[in-house]
Formats: sequence, structure tokens, C-alpha cells
Amino acid sequence: MIRVDGQGSGKSLIQVRGLTKTYRRGGEEIQVLQRLNLDVDKGDFVGFMGPSGSGKTTLLNLLGGLDVPSQGSITVDGDEITHMSGSKLTQWRARHVGFIFQMYNLIPVLTAFQNVELPLLLTKLSKAERRKHVETALNVVGLTNRMNHYPRQLSGGQEQRVTIARAIVSDPTFLLCDEPTGDLDRKSADEIMALIEELVANHGKTVLMVTHDAVVAARAHTTLHLDKGVLVEASKLEQGVVAGGVA
Amino acid sequence: MKFRSLIFANLFRKKVRLTLTIGSFAIALVLFTFLAVVNSAFSRGIDIAGADRLVIVNRIGLIQTMPISYDDQVRAIPGVKFVTHDHWFGGVYQEEKNFFPQFVIDVENHRKVYPEFIVPDDQWNTFVKDQQGAIAGATTAKRFGWKVGDRIPIKNSLYGPTKTWEFNLDGIYHTAKADGDQGQFWLQWKNFDENVPAVVKSTAGWYILKLDSPDDAVRVAKTIDAKFANSSYETKTETESAFAAGFAKQFGNIEFLILTIGSVVFFTLLLVTGNTMAISVRERTGELAVLKAIGVTDGTILFLVLAESTVIALFGGLLGLLLAWVAIPVISAAVTGLLPPLLLSKTMLSLGLVFAVFVGVVSGLLPGISAMRMRVVNALRRV
Repeated sequence: MIRVDGQGSGKSLIQVRGLTKTYRRGGEEIQVLQRLNLDVDKGDFVGFMGPSGSGKTTLLNLLGGLDVPSQGSITVDGDEITHMSGSKLTQWRARHVGFIFQMYNLIPVLTAFQNVELPLLLTKLSKAERRKHVETALNVVGLTNRMNHYPRQLSGGQEQRVTIARAIVSDPTFLLCDEPTGDLDRKSADEIMALIEELVANHGKTVLMVTHDAVVAARAHTTLHLDKGVLVEASKLEQGVVAGGVA
Repeated sequence: MKFRSLIFANLFRKKVRLTLTIGSFAIALVLFTFLAVVNSAFSRGIDIAGADRLVIVNRIGLIQTMPISYDDQVRAIPGVKFVTHDHWFGGVYQEEKNFFPQFVIDVENHRKVYPEFIVPDDQWNTFVKDQQGAIAGATTAKRFGWKVGDRIPIKNSLYGPTKTWEFNLDGIYHTAKADGDQGQFWLQWKNFDENVPAVVKSTAGWYILKLDSPDDAVRVAKTIDAKFANSSYETKTETESAFAAGFAKQFGNIEFLILTIGSVVFFTLLLVTGNTMAISVRERTGELAVLKAIGVTDGTILFLVLAESTVIALFGGLLGLLLAWVAIPVISAAVTGLLPPLLLSKTMLSLGLVFAVFVGVVSGLLPGISAMRMRVVNALRRV
């Protein structure tokens, strides 16, 4: 169950309370996120939409522990991450977050196998165990036969599949997808979305996804709109009701 | 090491740049090693100087002589165990470029003062009995293809009109240590004294004394110089190492020169490798950001950059040392006579490798720290 009113049960996988992010640019204070609340349960698939500069990526960065909020708290699976030190946050990311980027961001000099293996190098798994995990992840994304290919030898869709395999290989608590289909044609985008849906449906993954594409967003369980720093459920947007009481 | 494949994959990403950097590193290290070898060659005399040996020279300068009568007077000073004297002969064998140091020695005491020069007893005894005899160092004998029994003509113009002195090669000496001076040529003082003009007769170029104990050095030196003060031949007595250092300085301040050039080489290496790493890190900002995003710690990021710069330095260092190992004997052979023998020891090779690794680590520090401090959010935005 996804809520943006801050009235969640307290048992949600991800709880965001009063999240505010402010930047200073040339002496001017820009409030990107304003007292934002969010509850996401395990197995939810949330899509974030909004115009450019609305704070979608900032929200994703905060949820992924890549940035720290100006105010408010983020609790994931009982861990409040907003007050963690830099090194603790790094360790937390390795354990709990799987990132899927628009531009894939694979290491070009490593093969698909080696790229997927990267997060496992931070664990104590043996080489044989790592191989097993990597093969499983590549099997999930349907790229077992391309594991020794370099990113330049793969299509955009295949590269994104490798990114997804890298994101899921360490079995993180949730996946953060920043425009996962933004650089793909419609067919490849459909395939990637089908794969993400499968991860949610068959593997119980929790996915938070930012997208500009309404077609892609429609495949999420719930689509939230971010505008002027506040979150609004798509269904309520039509009724003119805005979470947090700001119309 | 889990990240080995990533380190090496990054290393070989730009092969031309890697080759040029390793090449620059190797050439700079050859130069650095060569300078170190030259410095070592000039200071070798200082290093091997006996702590219990003093050298007496004429206070005016090394080319001024002293009376041979000083021998007995010095020997009488308490604390002096043995005394011997040398003279510079300064002849030419066949042509000027065949330079090697020729010393007129006192056969009775030379071996007592210099036990590190090893001459087989039978050869030494022949030499002592043969007034026209000579002993050559193994290096010089090898250089000219001499063997015991050869007749060696040496032209000399320092003592009277130019004439050729003929010597019988009675023996060949070696040194206990492989890097000892095996380039000298010794002839008998008695022969020399009989054949030089009157003004040079009964003189010694310098005296070398062996002490009962190195603790006596200061006292004995002061006593000798006081004894001959205000005479026609005032003396300057110093330890053998101080004498050797002074002798080396006649060629100029080699150590300063080498230190200066060495420093330039060192900073050039730092800049070359540091620049390569800085460019490499800048090119990979996005990749490093992704690594940080997926949970690679700042320490590991620093380690990855340092490992890369160290491997470059290690490759460059090994190549440079290999080149130096091949080139230095060739250079040494080409400059025989002009410079002391140039020897690249195992210690120097090891130091060269340590130096390379040190440069690798230091040059990677700045780019490594900047990669470590990079904010993931900002870096990802630039991708």
C-alpha cells in the first residue's frame, strides 16, 4: 500500500516523513522537496512522474542514500538512514539498494559477467558463490549467453538488462530506477518494463521508478506526481487534491 | 585480490597513453639510476676507506711532495702501526685515452697498510725482487689483455723529458670486495727514485698510515701536523675517507649535481604519472560514481587509483632498471679511464624498484583523493 499522507501503519518497508531538500544557488534558496511523506510496502512498484526540475531524481537520490536531506527522515526496513555517516551509508547502499540508471553506466572495460559481479566483490562470497549468483542474475534477465560480451558488443536493451542484473545480483531490499527506458526505443523499453514487472511479481522486489513516460509509468502499481516539491497520487491529481495540504 | 580484473582492465584502457607513460617512466628511471651509479662510483673510495687509516699530504696541495725522511718520523709517533708512501706516476700507455691510475708504491709496507688488495705471494715476491716490476689490477689487466710476464711500456713526461719506462708485469691484484678498485697499476719506488730528476728524488707524494686504533686518529693527525708546522713541507693529515671525499670533489660537487638532476627527474616522474592518473580519473568520473553508488567505499576507490598508478610505476620501473642493467656496463666500458668503474649493484636495483613504487603511490595520491571525495550525486549528473 502506497501512501503520501504520512498516515502509514508504521510497518511499511520505506517510510519518508517531512522530507525537505533545499539547495542554495547563487545566494538564492531553492526548495526542491517540501515536507514530503511517503510509505511504500514490500513488493510495491511506484512510478514517479513530474516535469523536469520537479525533484524526481533528488527524491531518488535521497531514497538511495546518495544524498542527505535538509530536514525529515527516511527509514528503510527499520533503519533510519538520514543520520548515518558517509561510510555507514555506503555499506547500507551495498546491502539494500539496487540502482538502475538511464544511461546504464556499465564499466566499458569489463564484460557483462564482470559488471554484474561488481556488487558481490564487496561481500565475503567465494569466487564460486559469486559465479553462481551472477549466472542466476543473468539468467533472470535472459543474458546468460552474453555474459562474456563487453558493453560495446551489446544493444541498448541488453546493456540495460545487464544493469538490472547488476542491481539485483546482491538481492537488495529495493530497486531504484532512474528513467530506465529513457534511452531505449519502444520495443526495448517494453521488454525492460516487462522484466521489471516480472521482478516485482515473481521475485517480490520493491521498485521505485522515475520516468517521464506516461506509458511506462502506467505499468507501476501506483504513479505519484511530483510538482513544486510535493507528491500527489495520480488518481487524486485529477480531483485537485494534493498531499500535504498544498493545493 | 578481488578488484584485480578491474585494475588491469582500467590500466589497459588507453594502450598508447599507457605505453608512453611507462616509456617516460622507464627513461627517467634509467637516468636516475645512472646518476646514482655515478655518485656511487665517486663515493666508493669514501665508503671503502679504512677507519684506522690516515693520509698525509703536503699542506699546499696534493701535487706537492714531501721528503721521504718523514717516513721514520711519522712511524715514531705513538699509535702509528704502519706507514707507507705513494707517488703519482701519471704515465700514458700507448695513447692518452688509455688512462688508468699508476702509483709508485713502497713495497715494504704497502701490503701491511692495504690488506684489501690481494696479490698471490709468489707474484708479490717476484715483484719485490724485480726493480722494474709492476703489479696491475685485474680490471686494467683484463682491459688491455695483459698477463703476468708481459712487458708494459709507459710513456712519462711528468718527471723530466718524455721517456718510455718499461715494466715487467709480475702480478695481478684483486680486491676482497667485487666493487673494490681493481684498476690501479703499481711500480716500485726504488726504481722510480733512481730514474727521476734530482728535484723529485727522495720524496713521497703522500703518506698513508695505519693506526693501532681509530680512536687515535685525531690525536695522531694533530701531532703530525704540529710536528711539521713551520717547516718547508707543512702537512695536512686527515682520515682516508676525508681524503677520498676531497679527491672526489676535485671533479666538482658531484653529489650536489646528482641531487639536483635527480630531484628534477623525481618531480618529472611525479608529474608524468600524476598527470596520467588525473586524466584517467577525470575520464572515469561517471564510472567511479557508479562504483560508489553500488557501495564501493571511499577507501577502496583510493586503493583502486593508487593500485593503478603503482602498477604503471612498477612496469616503468622494471623496464627502466632492465635498460639500466643493460646500458650501464656498456657506458662503463666506454668511459673507462675517464670515470671510476660504474657498477649497478643489487642494492641499487632494489632501491630503484622501491623508488618507482614510492613515485607510483605519491603520484596517485592527489587524483585518488579527489576521486575519493567526489560526490556521487554531482558526478552522476555529469554522465
